[in-house]
Amino acid sequence: MASLKDLRNRIASVRSTQKITKAMQMVAAAKLRRAQEAAEAARPYAERMDRVLANLSAGMIGQPEAPALLVGNGRDDVHLLVVATADRGLCGGFNASIARLAREEIARLTAQGKTVKILAVGRKGRDALRRMHGEKIVKTFEFSGVRSIGFVNAEEIAATVLDMFEAGEFDVCTLFYSRFQSVVSQIPTKQSLIPAAVGNPDDQPEADLGGAIYEYEPNEEEILRDLLPRNLAVQVFRALLENAASEQGARMSAMDNATRNAGEMIDKLTITYNRTRQAQITKELIEIISGAEAL
Amino acid sequence: MAEKLSFDLVSPERLLISEQVDLVTVPGTEGDMGIMGGHAPVMSTLRPGVIGVETEGQPERRYFVRGGFVEVTPAGLTVLAEHTVPLAELDSAALEREISNAEEDVADAKTDERRQIAQEKLDHLKALRQAL
Repeated sequence: MASLKDLRNRIASVRSTQKITKAMQMVAAAKLRRAQEAAEAARPYAERMDRVLANLSAGMIGQPEAPALLVGNGRDDVHLLVVATADRGLCGGFNASIARLAREEIARLTAQGKTVKILAVGRKGRDALRRMHGEKIVKTFEFSGVRSIGFVNAEEIAATVLDMFEAGEFDVCTLFYSRFQSVVSQIPTKQSLIPAAVGNPDDQPEADLGGAIYEYEPNEEEILRDLLPRNLAVQVFRALLENAASEQGARMSAMDNATRNAGEMIDKLTITYNRTRQAQITKELIEIISGAEAL
Repeated sequence: MAEKLSFDLVSPERLLISEQVDLVTVPGTEGDMGIMGGHAPVMSTLRPGVIGVETEGQPERRYFVRGGFVEVTPAGLTVLAEHTVPLAELDSAALEREISNAEEDVADAKTDERRQIAQEKLDHLKALRQAL
């Protein structure tokens, strides 16, 4: 049985851990609100981009001169996986579940004899993948110094991906991130970047043109060619924002659990402490009484 | 002015402007366009340049955009622009920076097509510098 002093120390240490997890939970909650606002604010741009792209590309798919960014370059040999995770841990299964999805995909592609390259965004994802697939990582991005993700960060990634695509370093590009559903549920998701996953135009709310048709300047193809690289950055940006919100959500619930567990632990330890103390007092009393009786 | 135009200026990060205005001039790739209420539907890309927003009774507001995309529907005008700076905040130093960036892009361009795009952008920026 641990001594009273040990128990007291133990309780104090669990209590200070609980304070930390509690603080982290509250910080995550505040950051989550901000991340959600950012995701909300980014929605109008992404929605309009989607609608325009869906309209434009509907006519292009299946045509031989369709841009490679839209339909792919016709090959399917080298896959680039952009794995977006957080730079920090202590957020439950957030990083692990994205990395697991990526690993499954790597295993599936390797089994089919494809070459896999990884572009790791975020320190934790890189660390998780480095162990088994270190040689496949071609580049890493880290945003640990960035306070809140801006569009410039997404552009940077998109520019790298575009450069690699133009240099013919890969054929198909897939993005891995975590979609934010609620504080308790984030869904690891993969999304095709190249060829671009364009929504079905029938699903999009059609702008009411009042019977008129669009005039295109310069022309549909040129616009599409101009828009597709931008769309890539927008998709990456959206994923980064979703990721940021998911990360904070995951951290919040993880820290909430940790705080609760610490509380339970403190309760249990306190009971043990009290019992031990009482037992000791009783023991001392017995010693005194039996000592007096012996006289 | 008869009909108001509902004008949205959207950046990837947020909705910058959403209001009723009289006239918007945008730097289309094939020339500047002045858009008022009831304009025919148009989709166009933008070159780097200045967007002017005019509303009756208010001074004209001007914004610098580094390229983007514009869509006109009967419902209104939407400008999607990655980088928007109110012209008042754009000083010559910022523009110089843009130009030197563009020059680097031209130098770095790997393919002819890319170089041409970058060169066009650079020309526009230089034209803008003269206009200021």
